[in-house]
Amino acid sequence: MRDVAVIGIGMNKWGELWDKSLRDIFTEAALKAIDDGGVDHIDSMYIGNMSSGLFVGQEHLASLLSDYLGQGPIPATRIESACCSGGAAFRSAFIDVASGMNDIVLAGGVEKMNDIGGDGATFALATAADQEYEVYHGVTFPGLYAMMARAHMERYGTTRKQLAEVAVKNHENGSKNPLAQFPFKTTVEGVINSPMVADPLTLMDCSPITDGAAAVILCPADMVKDYKNHPAVKIIGSGHATDTIALSTRDDLTYLKATEIAGQKALKMAGKRLSDIDLCEVHDCFTIAEIIVLESLGFFERGKAAAATEAGETRIGGKIPINTSGGLKSKGHPVGATGIAQIYEIVNQLRGGAGERQVKGAKVGMAQNMGGSGGSTLVHILEVM
Amino acid sequence: MFPARYWREIPQRYRLEANKCKKCGYIGFPPRLVCPKCGGREFEPIKLKSEGKLLTYTIIRVPPSGFKDQTPYAIGIVELDDGAKIMAQLVDVNLEDIKTGDKYHIEFRKVQSDGHSGILAYGYKFVPVR
Ligand SMILES: [Zn+2]
Repeated sequence: MRDVAVIGIGMNKWGELWDKSLRDIFTEAALKAIDDGGVDHIDSMYIGNMSSGLFVGQEHLASLLSDYLGQGPIPATRIESACCSGGAAFRSAFIDVASGMNDIVLAGGVEKMNDIGGDGATFALATAADQEYEVYHGVTFPGLYAMMARAHMERYGTTRKQLAEVAVKNHENGSKNPLAQFPFKTTVEGVINSPMVADPLTLMDCSPITDGAAAVILCPADMVKDYKNHPAVKIIGSGHATDTIALSTRDDLTYLKATEIAGQKALKMAGKRLSDIDLCEVHDCFTIAEIIVLESLGFFERGKAAAATEAGETRIGGKIPINTSGGLKSKGHPVGATGIAQIYEIVNQLRGGAGERQVKGAKVGMAQNMGGSGGSTLVHILEVM
Repeated sequence: MFPARYWREIPQRYRLEANKCKKCGYIGFPPRLVCPKCGGREFEPIKLKSEGKLLTYTIIRVPPSGFKDQTPYAIGIVELDDGAKIMAQLVDVNLEDIKTGDKYHIEFRKVQSDGHSGILAYGYKFVPVR
């Protein structure tokens, strides 16, 4: 296997992009990545996208996007793994370059979620859960994570206030990210007193509905001398694991087994320990998700991540800065693009380009991207070269 | 909902038909062809127990279409007395009285209406054991 580097990153402002089409949102981000990397062509591309068919009525997406990117006949493949479609596309691009099959490969992600309206988006997102044995009975995604939250609170004493602290911290970080959909700050009271969606989770515990895209350019590490726009960042670890998509059949409702396994695989491949990680982007689709992910990755013992968050250990400047980008909560969550945007943030941080939210001296970063209620997870580790 | 998709699940939704791994005892609901615990492929048909205890729940206040007339409603995961864990609505109980660990039993009810001219969808719901 060849060593692989990320040499270009591109992302646009996320939000409700009514005047832009899916193809334009993607192409803008992809062109930024191509220009940032200083490449004059790409050899293949992988697009993370959960459900363009349901959101905008368009399948056969990868060919459409390679055409609009002006890359005509290159091999282009859409990758679907619910909300971690982006992370899975990144891994596919990594494998493509590492194998020697292709040299300059684009990994992108895109989702256009607002066109279809609230009920339609709820339906499309719910297809990531078990249609016949969960969704049939009226559960929603906030409902699934709410059940995990209640189980975690009852087992470990995690409090309502501690969950709110996740949103407060991520909005604090997001307020320093000009590309974030909701770059405002919030308070514990603001989170707890927002409308209840699925007890105990309120609207401000939930990530939003977002239109957005992101893209990155990969190449063999021994080719980075040809592309000197920025410090190159090497992909040193990649882990991927699955679990049941039905929450009810899991052995433990307070833990994410696929996240643990993917994290361990990525660390082993990288030859690193958690103590080597300088910052981590995690999949905070709901506040409780960040807590359980931090425990499943092993940054904190089981039942301890909520108190650690309340104590400020996951802030920038804390023990391990988590979601410096603002996370899904503040930055937005265009599901297929999220995993690529996490890589964008890590590379930007490792280059030292994150401005007001820069983690000083960051050398090694991790990204954890998760599908559904935890039925799939990707973990990647990157290191500045 | 397409009628065939609904009809195929009737043995589970109406009659709780499951299967049990002959090697390790794992219960598949819906019935499985391969045991996810031991890889076994031999199963015996069983019917799920109709009583169990509540593991966790939530109250849905922003519902999917098809459930708006029932909102707010509770939905939870119950571990049945045979060890199978299934998700369904909790009904005939005050929302503020729901507690994890309480005993529930399964009753057959209407679950959702598929629009004005669509099918009425039935299945199991949990009712407190008094
Ligand atoms: Zn078995």
